[in-house]
Formats: sequence, structure tokens, C-alpha cells
Amino acid sequence: MVPEATFTSYYGRPIVKPSPWEADIPTYLFAGGVAAGSSLIAAGADLTGRPTLRRSGRLGAVAALSVSMVALVHDLGKPSRFLNMLRVAKVTSPMSVGTWILTLYGPFAGAVAATEVVAMLPARWRVGPLRLAAVVDRPAGLLAALFAPPVAAYTAVLLADTATPSWHAAYRELPFVFVGSAAAASAGLGLVTSPVGETGPARRFAVGGAALELVMEHRMERSMGITAEPLHRGTAGRWMRAAKALTVAGAAGSLLAGRSRAVAVVSGTALLAGSVCTRFGIFEAGQESAKDPRYTVVPQRERLAAGMPVRSGPAAPRTSHPAT
Amino acid sequence: MAGKHSLFGPVDPAADAGYGEDHPPRMGFFTDTSICIGCKACEVACKEWNDVPATHFDMLGSSYDNSLSLNANQWRHVAFIEQAKPLGEQESGLRRQAVDLGMPGMAPPDGASAAHAGQDDDAGRPDFRWLMSSDVCKHCTHAACLDVCPTGSLFRTEFGTVVVQDDICNGCGYCVPACPYGVIERRKGPEGAKNVGIAQKCTLCYDRLGAGSTPACAQACPTQSIQFGDVDELRERADARLAQLHEAGTTDARLYGHDPEDGVGGAGAFFLLLDEPEVYGLPPDPVVTTKDLPHMFNRAGVAALTLLAGAALSFLGRRR
Repeated sequence: MVPEATFTSYYGRPIVKPSPWEADIPTYLFAGGVAAGSSLIAAGADLTGRPTLRRSGRLGAVAALSVSMVALVHDLGKPSRFLNMLRVAKVTSPMSVGTWILTLYGPFAGAVAATEVVAMLPARWRVGPLRLAAVVDRPAGLLAALFAPPVAAYTAVLLADTATPSWHAAYRELPFVFVGSAAAASAGLGLVTSPVGETGPARRFAVGGAALELVMEHRMERSMGITAEPLHRGTAGRWMRAAKALTVAGAAGSLLAGRSRAVAVVSGTALLAGSVCTRFGIFEAGQESAKDPRYTVVPQRERLAAGMPVRSGPAAPRTSHPAT
Repeated sequence: MAGKHSLFGPVDPAADAGYGEDHPPRMGFFTDTSICIGCKACEVACKEWNDVPATHFDMLGSSYDNSLSLNANQWRHVAFIEQAKPLGEQESGLRRQAVDLGMPGMAPPDGASAAHAGQDDDAGRPDFRWLMSSDVCKHCTHAACLDVCPTGSLFRTEFGTVVVQDDICNGCGYCVPACPYGVIERRKGPEGAKNVGIAQKCTLCYDRLGAGSTPACAQACPTQSIQFGDVDELRERADARLAQLHEAGTTDARLYGHDPEDGVGGAGAFFLLLDEPEVYGLPPDPVVTTKDLPHMFNRAGVAALTLLAGAALSFLGRRR
């Protein structure tokens, strides 16, 4: 399908630059997904009377959110200026949009984790303002769940809205891969932390999330043309193969996890690890695609050869483009 | 100020950014590479004026290019390309006396190809050409770096150019992968240099423009390969120069980045090239990534709803 591409470059040097991001960013993608999925699970567990699943979801969400915030700030060139993100709201910047999504989500996820901790205190300590916790509890949890899905989905736009060939070319399917991965990972956390009597919904969420991730990842690769190559090569290739194996194994295991706590813990761990591998694999593939001019030049040349240059008006090349 | 063409298509970038009717005309560069002599005066003048630290210097073995690329510490970059191709058909009379200039060849000095390069062929033309081009930030009409900046550090000036505010940037690095030309970069060093950790690139000498001066690179260019001025006028000049070269038989000549209908809405800094863009390390058909942003947010919205529905369905199933 993809022709063996010959292309010209300037001494083989890259054209676009890879992002300056390191392991912080795929960690952030993973942790954000776990936080979002966990808030959804916690809200469901709260509404259906599953106290352990609720507690692990709420505490898991705030722990994952903390990891993601530390990773995000650590990644900055000037961490002390983190708050500069809050001086504007820009819809053209997925990072700005994401900052505001987190700003909406974070306080509710934090509040409901706090009320969960208050509920764990002995009754005689729950005095004064702490009595408010019981009132705030469910509304805060539901609001956290409402703002959670965008937390899981926006990170796909964050990567795709770049000139990095293997990220941009994936923009149609990547949000589905990421929310699937988030569902599988957070359900995995539920399986690890809760007794089998409460994890029925988490097991269904795990299987659904894993299936969505695997199917959409497959479709994504088919739509990416030559820029799918980095997903199969080198470090990125190893991450992606590990992701697939772990996610399939974890999903299969979670079908049986209703009978055995041990199977549930192993399956849940596999799902969490699979999500880590997916995030690192897609991150690495993008970085590699930016370092090789082939992935920038060849798709653009194919577009030009097909007579379809990107133009806003009628596709009439001006006289200044000679036919060479 | 969002309009129909705010993300893609021809637009006056300063007006689109909210400057009033009285904003100055859009300023930019037309870099005519056909008369670049590779002197690197632009590189030096840029570093001197903008206090850009000298790093990345290395003997790279790529003709006379030892400054690698445009990056945080290199806001003008002269590319050198040696090609075993005739210089075009222009008849200047000079060619008849062409002698071996001792150009750096692609083979050992006494090798056959090097000996051949520079010598006249039957028609009296050398079968060697040396392309030189001073690259710079394109100051796109639709600048992806500016679009994705989450702090507002990158902004559109009244001259339609794109500039980083050093005291606002928090070094998130998002502009770096967003640029379709690989221009902007987070400064990594050297230690002790100013603005380490934040995004850096050409400002089109915003400070000089404000004082009515010409940018340092254009001022220093001894051949007027780098021409500075009103973008509309530069486009006319570029069209005229191109027609002149075509008439003279240099059919390789083409303009790059001048077309307001192109993937970045036309560049404020555009070029006359003598070969395909990728030969110079430029993307052949770049497009601003935010052109697809509405579609991306739609897909993410559907994905988010899918996640919410999936969670709800998981809990609605059998109760056990």
C-alpha cells in the first residue's frame, strides 16, 4: 500500500523538531487517564453501594492526579512559572484547554477524596466543619465524574495538535485509544484494590476499555500511512507490543476475575501496565517520527504528487511553481 | 476577533489578532537565495544584536554549514548544498572564463569527480552548483506555535510578526513540536546564558522595527539576498524576480511560502529557491496543525462521551 519512499533531505537532518518532553509527559498521560477513570468508577460505586470500590476510586483518583500534576510541573523549563498557564484561556491551545479542564476537575476530585478520608475517621472526631463532609460527599463525587471524561480525552488532542508526524496523523482515532486505555487502567486499579464482590462493573469497564483501545489502535495504524511505521520500530515498537500483550491478557483475565481475588489482582496489574506501555509507545513513536525527515517529507510529497496540496482556495497552483 | 479564516486561509494576521485599522503594514522578509553568497553575515549580525549565545558550533562535514539548523541559539541559519548540476541557463558571459574555484568537493581533492567539478563542459558551463540559503522563522499567517502557546507568551505583533515574551514563557515546550518548520526551540544552554529553559526564536528584530530600523540580518546582508519590507510589496518584488529568472532560463527557480492560500496562510518570511524545498531542509507542503483542531476537539468530545457512557453501562449491568 505504502510505496517504497524515496525522498530528498538536507544531509538527512530532521525538519520538524521533536518535543522537548521526556518521561514526564507519558507518565502524565497515564496518570491523568487513571484519575479520570477512577473518578467515574468511584461515582458509580457510590451510587450502587460499593464502598470499597468507591474508596479506592476516590483515593486512586487523587493520588493519580497528584502524580500527573508533579509530572506536568517537572516537565516545564521554568517550573516556577507554572501558574502562567492560568493567565489566559485559549481554545486554540489544547494545553490551555487541558489546564482549565484540570482546574475544574481537580478541586472536586480533591474534595471527594477529603470527604472519603473524613468518613474513615472515628465518629467522635467528625465534629464542627467536618460534619459538612457528609453533605458535600456525593455531589462532589458526581461533579468530579462529570469533569473526568475530558481529562482522559483531551490528552490525545494535546499530542495530535502538533507537526509531529505520528501524532498528528493519528488525530481521528487517538482520543478513543486514550479513553479506552484510561478505562482499562482505572478498572485495573479497582480490580487490584477491591474485593471481587464489588468489582463486577469494574470488570465490564476493563473489558470494554481494552476492546475500545485495541480496536481503535488498529484502525489508527491503518489510517496513518507511512507514519504508522515508528509504532513498530525500536523502543516504541517494544512498548506497543508489550501494551497489546498486557492489555489482551489483562482483559482476558478480568473475565475470570469474579471468582478469584488473585486473578483479579494479576489482571488489574496487567491492565495498568498495559496502559503505561500504550502511553510510552505512542509518545516514543511520535518523537522518533519527528527525528526522521522521511515522515515529514514523504506524506507531503504524496499529497503533492496526487495533485492535492493543502490550499485554502481553489487548488490552482500559481505560475511561480514550475513543473519540475 | 475570531473570523472565518482565523485558523486557516488568507487573513491579515494583525487585524485578526485584534489590532485596529491603524496598525502598521505587515512586515517580513523576502530571502532571494539565488544571490546568497553564503557569507553568514546574517547569522553573525543576528547573534550580535539579539545576544543569542554561540553554541552548537561543530565541524559537521556538510559543506560550509557548521551551525546545524535553526534552533533556540540559531535564529538565522545558512544552508549550503553542493550539487553536480549545471547552474541554469542564464548567460552572463562570466561562465566562459569559469575556472576551478577549489570548491569543497564530495570526493578527495585529487578524485575524478572533484577534478571534474568546476571545469567547463562543452557548452562552456560548469556542471557544479552551490546552493546557499539563509533560513529564518517564517512568521506564519497561521502560526502553530502561537496558537498552541498556553500562557500567551507567544503573541502577534502590530507588524503581523510572531514574538516570544521572555518573561511570560514557562517553558512548557508545546510550541516546539507544533512548528511545521522546526524553527522554535526551548533553550537548553549554555549555562549562564539568559532565557535558558524557555522558547526562543527570531523576533524579526521587534525592537528594531519599533524604532523604524531594519532587522539586523537584512541590514548586514551584502547582496540584498535578505530583503526586508512591507509583505505586500515584497510579494510583488518576488514575483518580478521570479519572472526575470525564468526569462533568463533558470527554470528551477520557484517561490516558497509567498502564497496566502497555502497551508500556513502564507509566510511573513518567504523565499526564492532554486530546487525543491526539502533540498534546503524545508517541508514541501507544510500545514498549520490547528487547521484540524476543530475536528480534533470533536473527536475528543465523542471519545469523552463514549467513556462516560461506557462507565454508566458498566454499572447498569447485572448487579453482583
